[in-house]
Amino acid sequence: MYDITVIGAGVIGGMIARELAKYELKICIVEREGDVAMGATRANSAIVHAGFDAAEGSLKARFNVRGSEMMEKVAEELGVKYKRNGSLVIGFCEEDLKTLKALEERGNKNGVRGLRIVSGEELFKIEPNLSKNVRYALYAPTGAIVCPYELTVAAIGNAMDNGADLKLDFEVTDIRKTDDGYDVISSGETVRTRYVINAAGLYSDRIAAMTGDSSFSVHPRRGEYILLDKECGSLVNTTVFRTPSKMGKGILISPTVDGNLLLGPTSEDMTDKEDRKTTAKGFEKVIKEAAEDVDGIPFNKVITSFCGLRAVGSTGDFIINSPFANFINVAGIESPGLTSAPAIAEYIVGLLEKNGAKLSRKKEHNPIRRPMHYFREASFEEKNEIIKRDKAFGRIVCRCEEVTEGEILEAIRTNPRPRDLDGVKRRTRAQMGRCQGGFCSPYIVELLAREMNIPYEEVTKFGGNSRVNLARTKGEA
Amino acid sequence: MTELVIIGGGPAGMSAAIAAYEAGIRDVLIIERDEALGGILQQCIHNGFGLHKFGEELTGPEYAWRYEKRVRELGIAFKLGTMVLDISKDKVITATNPEDGMFRIEARAIILAMGCRERSKGALNIAGTRPAGIYSAGTAQKYVNMKGYLPGKEIVILGSGDIGLIMARRMTLEGAKVKMVCELMPFSSGLARNIEQCLNDFDIPLKLSHTVVEIHGKERVEGVTIARVDENRKPIEETREFVPCDTLLLSVGLIPENELSKKIGVKLSPITGGAEVDEKRQTSVPGVFACGNVLHVHDLVDFVSEEAEIAGRAAAEYIMEEVAEMQEYVEIETDGRIRYTVPQKTLRGDDVTVFFRVGNVARNVKINVYSGERLVLTKRKSRVAPGEMESVVLSSEILESAKKLRFCLEEE
Ligand SMILES: Cc1cc2nc3c(=O)[nH]c(=O)nc-3n(C[C@H](O)[C@H](O)[C@H](O)COP(=O)(O)OP(=O)(O)OC[C@H]3O[C@@H](n4cnc5c(N)ncnc54)[C@H](O)[C@@H]3O)c2cc1C
Ligand SMILES: Cc1cc2nc3c(=O)[nH]c(=O)nc-3n(C[C@H](O)[C@H](O)[C@H](O)COP(=O)(O)OP(=O)(O)OC[C@H]3O[C@@H](n4cnc5c(N)ncnc54)[C@H](O)[C@@H]3O)c2cc1C
Repeated sequence: MYDITVIGAGVIGGMIARELAKYELKICIVEREGDVAMGATRANSAIVHAGFDAAEGSLKARFNVRGSEMMEKVAEELGVKYKRNGSLVIGFCEEDLKTLKALEERGNKNGVRGLRIVSGEELFKIEPNLSKNVRYALYAPTGAIVCPYELTVAAIGNAMDNGADLKLDFEVTDIRKTDDGYDVISSGETVRTRYVINAAGLYSDRIAAMTGDSSFSVHPRRGEYILLDKECGSLVNTTVFRTPSKMGKGILISPTVDGNLLLGPTSEDMTDKEDRKTTAKGFEKVIKEAAEDVDGIPFNKVITSFCGLRAVGSTGDFIINSPFANFINVAGIESPGLTSAPAIAEYIVGLLEKNGAKLSRKKEHNPIRRPMHYFREASFEEKNEIIKRDKAFGRIVCRCEEVTEGEILEAIRTNPRPRDLDGVKRRTRAQMGRCQGGFCSPYIVELLAREMNIPYEEVTKFGGNSRVNLARTKGEA
Repeated sequence: MTELVIIGGGPAGMSAAIAAYEAGIRDVLIIERDEALGGILQQCIHNGFGLHKFGEELTGPEYAWRYEKRVRELGIAFKLGTMVLDISKDKVITATNPEDGMFRIEARAIILAMGCRERSKGALNIAGTRPAGIYSAGTAQKYVNMKGYLPGKEIVILGSGDIGLIMARRMTLEGAKVKMVCELMPFSSGLARNIEQCLNDFDIPLKLSHTVVEIHGKERVEGVTIARVDENRKPIEETREFVPCDTLLLSVGLIPENELSKKIGVKLSPITGGAEVDEKRQTSVPGVFACGNVLHVHDLVDFVSEEAEIAGRAAAEYIMEEVAEMQEYVEIETDGRIRYTVPQKTLRGDDVTVFFRVGNVARNVKINVYSGERLVLTKRKSRVAPGEMESVVLSSEILESAKKLRFCLEEE
């Protein structure tokens, strides 16, 4: 019997599990996909928002500002890349300036530090490549960027290293009340648990309904992105937002922690929670707006495009409550959910205690995880030391991102273990560069097959039926 | 200090090494990332290589072996499984492999022969889902020819580049059904002989002026929507058509791999994606040469070998300091209908063969070369196409009197 079962291995479920693993609790994370970070956490803007967006007094505002303060330390402990690059909300006209001032005021009330309006020379000094039509901006020095799936992989890995269990391919289909808690049921297996934490993202309404709570619903809002080659990441220093208007928030332009340039997202309400298609219209919108904001974006350097679904809750705010004893909703976590994750996790500890959970700190807990990219960041001499111990670190597999066999094998053997090509990609960056796995994927398939002891043709791109090869050739026996 | 380091052990790298050796340089090192020499030819098990060079139809591995054998006979040094990570402006090469770990080598001269990579799906911005079953043609070729696995059974190919055409035939022979090849342009970018032997002989339709506008399928590809495009290459809505398939292969262009060249500070041509070079294939950095697909994409490996020999000999001259004293170059310009030339500039003295590609298919044309207003050379062609590299020879007399030459494609 588990003390805690967290449903959903996104950044929210992941950070909560990591936080709870500090206590004497038996924890299980269940996730319907074949890997962690497969929902909204996989495809978003990766911004640690400063916190001037959300309405004063909302949960969003509270957790955003606190999360933004916590993120640097969390990222350091978990060994994931984080960069405080600052952000700019740019304005083109007087009307925009008014909005910027209102945002500044709201930010001040929310407790965001260092906000100020910049213009003219100062503005272009911060961001030389802005379009000459830009006249003002709200500058937020505390804005930052982080890699959301790295953060989640690391958080869940750290929870597991401290004793938590992870069950993948576990789609919760029902939840039944028991005498001392709940049975969390999937088609293959039932998990007995004292407490349930519902962090199922887009499906958190369905999970809540399984226990009889239908006080809210969640609907998807699509956001499409374009990602450019690493050569382009230095085009902007900060994250550049548009002034929000009646037309919506508009797209942002940002470097990523790995040096790529990210453009997007669009914003479109949907009904289908599974529809992650990108559209021709979406591309056009992203390209058009980005070109209006920043000069000289090399659109021929696009390496991929993708789409994320925001889990928009019916209340307009994060839904964090306990409708029944021993059941906690962490639902409708749309933006700034990534930023808020550490603060929400901290809050959940208190909420559990209110629910009567007895929490005592573990003695042997380790909050630190080895940096995911320690090899990549090592010096020439350090690398040689590592290669001397393990030759696989001298063999480059992904030539675009320069990822070695040693790094890939280590990722395959480290919690939470990846079982498919995309899982290896998110952990090591192999296949993420300009050729998108053209050269190295056949070899990574081989490494996965060998490590998992399965036939080559059973290796998938991202679990399920996403097999990379369908058969052997006629030439083979 | 190593006299000559060659980055890449494909046909270009091997030919260059042999030529430099034969010109008197003994201290030559080839560095190759792969576990074998031969480059991309290792996976090109079809025949059609070597017609120009050897007057025979060889397979890719057979062609490569002729050079590898020579490299071994001459005792030219090579390091396999070794990836060059960086080259500094003063020609210090940083590389890594499992045995030596990270190491540095200083070179007197360097020949860049890194080949090219395929353009990936990301660059195309095709709408829809992102399931398994989308591969560049060369990746599929590797799965089939090197690993012995079939990446798909019902296939649509986008792009009629040579690799796509070759793979249409290969997949068919392996028992897959290739439903069609869609080509955005009104003409194919592949060699005429490949369209005949790889598509027509197998009744695979080539749909010109067609593209894939959407990809369907959640986990594995379940189909694609294709559409005809208008003169501006915009898809025509009413012509959208769903084609069920489990695989989409892309053969949409090759990109020279010049990340290292950028690190040395070599000037690149925005048109070829490769270095700008003179008639010796020397780049803007003295002592750094480039040849093969890293310089510009070739359709025939025979010309890769020839180009590499020029670079190899030139590197030897550079090392032995037999370089002619400073002279002014004759610059070569193009009119746009001719997209580029290689070399882009040349010294006077010998006859020089200039290679070039056109931007569009044209019939009954003249390639006219002007020196100022004066027409100095004309070559007639009944047909030119972007997929076929062309060449003219500039005689030493033409070069002697020229300052700047302009290559123009003109109607008969
Ligand atoms: C386009 C876009 C841009 C964004 N930009 C930012 C930003 O810049 N900054 C920021 O702070 N936030 C941003 N966000 C918000 C942020 O991404 C989310 O708030 C965060 O990722 C939510 O995490 P989560 O764990 O709640 O959800 P998810 O990551 O969706 O995780 C939920 C998990 O639950 C699993 N699950 C669902 N149903 C079941 C079931 N029945 N059984 C088992 N498991 C189940 C899912 O498979 C999924 O893995 C953005 C979001 C989007 C979509
Ligand atoms: C599918 C296909 C079909 C073809 N069909 C024909 C045909 O029928 N007839 C014909 O004549 N030609 C054909 N060609 C063309 C011919 O194969 C190429 O033009 C030729 O291989 C190019 O030679 P190269 O040496 O420039 O490049 P490559 O063969 O690509 O060799 C480059 C080498 O450099 C290595 N390298 C790159 N970067 C590094 C680094 N940083 N460190 C170390 N090593 C590095 C690579 O591993 C590679 O081995 C075909 C090509 C393909 C792909």
